[in-house]
Amino acid sequence: METLITIKNLTKRFGNVVAVDNVSLTVEPGAFLTLLGPSGCGKTTLLRCVAGLEDPDGGEIYIGDKLVFSYDKGISLDPGNRDLGLVFQSYALWPHMKVDKNITFALEIQKMEKEEMQERVRESLAEVQMAGYEDRYPREMSGGQQQRIALARMLAYRPNLFLMDEPLSNLDARLRMDMRAEIKRLHHVAGATTIYVTHDQIEALTMSTEIAVLKEGVLQQVDTPDNVYHYPANLFIADFIGNPKVNLMDAVVDGKRSVNLGKFNLEVETHNTDGEVVVAVRPEDISISTEPVPGAIEFNAYSVLPSGADTTIIAHFEEIEITVKESGTCRVNMDDKIWLKFNPETLNLYDKESGLLIGPKNT
Amino acid sequence: MATQTISHRMLAKSRRFIHWLKKPQVLMGLIMLFMMYYMIIIPLYRMGETSLTWQAKDLILNPDVEVGKFTLFHYTRMLTGVLGQIYMFNPLRHSFTIAIGATLISLFIGGSLAWLVIRTDMPGRKLVNQLALIPYIMPSWTLAQAWVVLFKSRAVSGGTPGLFESLVGVTPPEWLSYGPVPIMICSALHYYTFFFLFVSAALMSIDSNLEEAGELMGASRWRILRKITFPLVVPAILSGFIMTFSKVLGTFGGPNILGTPVRYYVVSTMMRGSMSVGDKSDGFVLAIVLIMFSVITISLNQRLVGTRRSYETIGGRGFVANVSKLGRMKYFFRAVVLVFQILVIVLPLGLLAISSVMLVDGQYSVSNLSLQHWIGPRGTGYNSGEPGVLLNPHVRQAAWNSIRLALWTALFTALIGIILGYSIVKGRGTRLSKYLEQLAYIPYVIPGIAFGAVYIAMFLKPVGPIPPLYGTFALLVIVSVAKHIPYSSRSGVSSMMQVGRELEEAGEVAGASVWRRFIRLIFPLTSPGFVAGFLLTFITTMRELSLIIMLVTPKTQVLASKTMFYIEDGNDQMANVVILILLAITYVGNFIITRFRGGSLQKGLGL
Repeated sequence: METLITIKNLTKRFGNVVAVDNVSLTVEPGAFLTLLGPSGCGKTTLLRCVAGLEDPDGGEIYIGDKLVFSYDKGISLDPGNRDLGLVFQSYALWPHMKVDKNITFALEIQKMEKEEMQERVRESLAEVQMAGYEDRYPREMSGGQQQRIALARMLAYRPNLFLMDEPLSNLDARLRMDMRAEIKRLHHVAGATTIYVTHDQIEALTMSTEIAVLKEGVLQQVDTPDNVYHYPANLFIADFIGNPKVNLMDAVVDGKRSVNLGKFNLEVETHNTDGEVVVAVRPEDISISTEPVPGAIEFNAYSVLPSGADTTIIAHFEEIEITVKESGTCRVNMDDKIWLKFNPETLNLYDKESGLLIGPKNT
Repeated sequence: MATQTISHRMLAKSRRFIHWLKKPQVLMGLIMLFMMYYMIIIPLYRMGETSLTWQAKDLILNPDVEVGKFTLFHYTRMLTGVLGQIYMFNPLRHSFTIAIGATLISLFIGGSLAWLVIRTDMPGRKLVNQLALIPYIMPSWTLAQAWVVLFKSRAVSGGTPGLFESLVGVTPPEWLSYGPVPIMICSALHYYTFFFLFVSAALMSIDSNLEEAGELMGASRWRILRKITFPLVVPAILSGFIMTFSKVLGTFGGPNILGTPVRYYVVSTMMRGSMSVGDKSDGFVLAIVLIMFSVITISLNQRLVGTRRSYETIGGRGFVANVSKLGRMKYFFRAVVLVFQILVIVLPLGLLAISSVMLVDGQYSVSNLSLQHWIGPRGTGYNSGEPGVLLNPHVRQAAWNSIRLALWTALFTALIGIILGYSIVKGRGTRLSKYLEQLAYIPYVIPGIAFGAVYIAMFLKPVGPIPPLYGTFALLVIVSVAKHIPYSSRSGVSSMMQVGRELEEAGEVAGASVWRRFIRLIFPLTSPGFVAGFLLTFITTMRELSLIIMLVTPKTQVLASKTMFYIEDGNDQMANVVILILLAITYVGNFIITRFRGGSLQKGLGL
């Protein structure tokens, strides 16, 4: 069962703070949409509005073709009537109930037959690879296990919409990796439309079919992970996504295919703009050489940070600092002379004033 | 067309309003707001109104005034001239003397005990910790009554000598027998528990890393104590100060036993005096002045602490603090503490017990031993002819009333605590939540005796749908519940905070109704808080005197008030028996409840 989610002009205020600012968003049936942004950007509030745990101050929300919230019509369905499941950041497993009671709580409300309930418990525990844990209390399990039970609790009553509020933020790095794979798999199998909240860009990039980036309650960009990464719509997104961070360099357009960075020029399609721009380039899109190469610019290796799979090099050219990422181990030593070559295809140009992407744009 | 959009808008608006109203925290919050309005605001208003208008009684002195018209008569009468001196300023001065003295002594005792128990290697700390709470369970005037048994002065009360005089052969000086010194000491030995609890919690929550950091930087031990430890404990000390000061300011039992015989009146005893001779408005003026002073002191303190309710921010445990090595001194401290605890707990009970089995008070000989006061027959010439306590129907009635009162009050208080906690925590940030929290705080600043006075004002006449309640048992329950609201809301809030909102929201998303959420999730999850609140209220209600002394009638007499009436009638030994019975019931109740669900006093105080 796949459900279309439509959010129209949603606004939520807390006192004078606008937590969600006139957000309109469509989530395609079966999509895995991630709400991504720094803490305090309103992503959790937006999710809670969809769940019905907050009362928005304006706008409408449709789940499927059911209008679950409308400010102008005074409609607000209770969370229980919206046919959705929510996994909380703290898991919110009821500590006084064993695993099976945690799972059957919602089923009892639906007045399900006892045998069927037991079947659902078994099924959903198997789905999260926790078969046989029915008789445990939440405190008798590790954080990762509790997380799985929280997922099973949601799966058991088969809602049409999965909501997840930073479900992995309380796990250690290793477990987080495993759970990412599990959650993505669960979404693949169940096929339910999913809205997932995180501040972790890796989570967003690895799991989603679509990412919606939020900043101070305002929607910045909704696109595929690939496009959000390679064609960030503005400087905020470019800067927020990517590790190590994107290189941002101030420049002035001085030709149809050239920008001036003060010390050197770069070849790039300028899309008929002029004046001040910002050039953005991902660290892994710069090639590095220990010898002079035609078209490459000479830098000083300020710091070299190998990490096994790849090496990060901080390169200086007077006051210009560039981060470069090379795969594998790099034979550069600190204070070596290095030559950096920029690929015009991978450079993004932003308007200095508005911070908006000039080009290239994804087609 | 235009009218249609307007009506649509109205419809949407009313739907949104209904949606808001149907939220459990809003609905319950509004009910609580309404209830507190009746229990707190209206009585206060009535009291102010009564004190500012002519009363029927005033016609005797001023025959041509109109009853119910505005007047400052009661204030000018009570605040100026000789009457003002006698009725207002002397008692006020006495009250403040006692409150300050008792608070300082409490600080010393409670603070030192807390430090010894939490931060030193003194042996037997666990036992000391447990025993330290016992004086709080005893009625505050137990010590006063024991003091009288010990230091009774024939010069003042005539009749028989006290134990001290019998043993030493010297009549104790009057300042030691009665008046401010014994009142201060007895109050402090009861109320030091606040300091003990607050400072312990604060000391426990200090991360010893903070102190170690200071140590690494080469600061001396004294410097660390002064610069790091002490500032971190200051909020706890000020909280203890507020609590103790306002309690002593409104206390009645001790001053009545130890002050009244030498005409050392404090505001509470003076207020009761005025009230009992029918001068309600005069009593109310006293009550209002007392409330004002209490409010000023508390707000001054809070300004100093910087936060409105600093005692809420302390608490929280977990850090393993490093312990000061006392060396060989630790046995000395252990001995001092042990002697102190024996003096405070065992000695008073022993004195009361001895006195209760003496046929005639003050004759300490074996031939004088008798169970007359316990099981003696009626009409023997002792105790105004009343039968021994265990055979006495009045006492039995009072005991039953006490237990009933404590149970009902504890039940309602704990229930209200959870509901208030829920409404306040779930509605955090809304105006309703803020109003609830502020309103719930008001009884805290009203001294017990004044709170009782407030209720006389209110329930002599019917109020709205409520019939006149004066003289009913229900009134005692209502006033006790109302007085406990600040504590119950505090512990309710802290136990709701521990539960966290997500646990309930998970139930909401699963489709559980409000009712189901409360029964299946909130009540089970908050039950430790519920039990703790129940326990604390049970104990404090059992031994509450100041609050209800002016509200009891012969039919609604409880053990605590019965004691006081026996003392006032000169039947001290019967009073002592009643105190012992009261204590026994309280201990048994305490024991049952802690056994039953692991509640504790600390939890009840929200620590």
